[in-house]
Amino acid sequence: MQPIIQTKNLCKSFGDAPVLSDVNLDIFAGEIFGVIGRSGAGKSTLARCFNLLERPTSGEIFFGGTELTSLKPAELYKARQSMGMIFQQFNLLMQRNVLDNVCFPLEIAGVKRADARKRAAELLDVVGLADKAKAYPAKLSGGQKQRVAIARAIAPNPKVLLCDEATSALDPETTDEILELLADINKRFGITIVIITHEMRVIETLCTRVAVISGNKLTVEEVARNG
Amino acid sequence: MDEFLREFAPMLAEGLLDTLYMTLFSTFLAYVLGLPVGVLLVVTDKDGLKPHAALNRVLGIVVNILRSIPFLILLIAVIPFTRFVVGTTIGSSATVVPLVIAAAPFIARLVESSLKEIDRGAIEAATAMGASPWQIVYKVLLPEARPSLILGAAISVTTILSYSAMAGIVGGGGLGDIAIRYGYYRYRTNVMLVTVAILVIVVQIFQEVGAKAAKWGDKRL
Repeated sequence: MQPIIQTKNLCKSFGDAPVLSDVNLDIFAGEIFGVIGRSGAGKSTLARCFNLLERPTSGEIFFGGTELTSLKPAELYKARQSMGMIFQQFNLLMQRNVLDNVCFPLEIAGVKRADARKRAAELLDVVGLADKAKAYPAKLSGGQKQRVAIARAIAPNPKVLLCDEATSALDPETTDEILELLADINKRFGITIVIITHEMRVIETLCTRVAVISGNKLTVEEVARNG
Repeated sequence: MDEFLREFAPMLAEGLLDTLYMTLFSTFLAYVLGLPVGVLLVVTDKDGLKPHAALNRVLGIVVNILRSIPFLILLIAVIPFTRFVVGTTIGSSATVVPLVIAAAPFIARLVESSLKEIDRGAIEAATAMGASPWQIVYKVLLPEARPSLILGAAISVTTILSYSAMAGIVGGGGLGDIAIRYGYYRYRTNVMLVTVAILVIVVQIFQEVGAKAAKWGDKRL
């Protein structure tokens, strides 16, 4: 089986400080893949290499068989539209209401306004925020903001959803709700999910396989599951 | 008092209209030039969407040079250019030329600082969604910075208004012209005081309206 995300000899350093060295990783379609490590271990950097928010110092990154680092800018923008991403700080647009936030990636992809609004409304339903469509992010709780961010990230039907410390700013209960939603999305839409976290609990709840980063090195393990 | 009003009211009214015309028209043209330059300063910055050190440096230097020339000197220095563009060097329309030249770089810096306030996370999210730098400018930077840009516009209008008053020195028209001709050259202190009072009121109105508009449109509040 061909991996959906694959890195070959991926190295990344900031100045003289190496963060990732020689990472070879396969992530397969449909799985929920975890990346865990201490703060500063480079797990976010790794995730940000997957969609080239960070350019690796050397090595290759394949997404659905396409090598990303050699793409022209316009091709890269197109490829990124097939990869959703959510963040610790949600990163919503504060001057747009919830519905228009979810419409944003669809506007970027050139979807017609009426179609985009329809799709956005459907997704707000999926994440359980249909009644907040006209609200502005400033009026939402952290958990609600992350739900909007999830709806926004999966609006353009991406193949992969990257979650960069997506639950780290949330309390344990809200974290569980968000994890449940992510599992649901993985099952319902078949979207591959990559979860970056420093919480073992998150990995245990959700992931099938996990990459552990320590000392610039990465080892992949199966996650033991009871029942 | 009646006599004073009969003598000066029509002139003051005309002066006010001239001042408003100069100020608003200059602000508009200065934004046409200054807004894109401000955006370019942010986009080409080393942490920007499309870093371009050379262009950023050149724009920065040009902006700094124009901003460091005192307005009175600029007013006189650009007279040949004003004659070329407007056909005359006196009157309100002629004043618009130096006003725009002085205000555009100031506006570019205001726009630059407004856009730099935008949360990097929002820009990063848009980048991750596959937005091009241009899409990020007009779908993220400008709309997210709207309240701050409106406040900046209020500052610009009031600054240009006070500059326009200086243009009276070279026969520029408007309230500043009246204040200088009557108050300074003819010792009609009362005319000068009334003129200054009108300017104060106009500045207050612009500033208030700007602040209200910025607050009203800000969805973070």
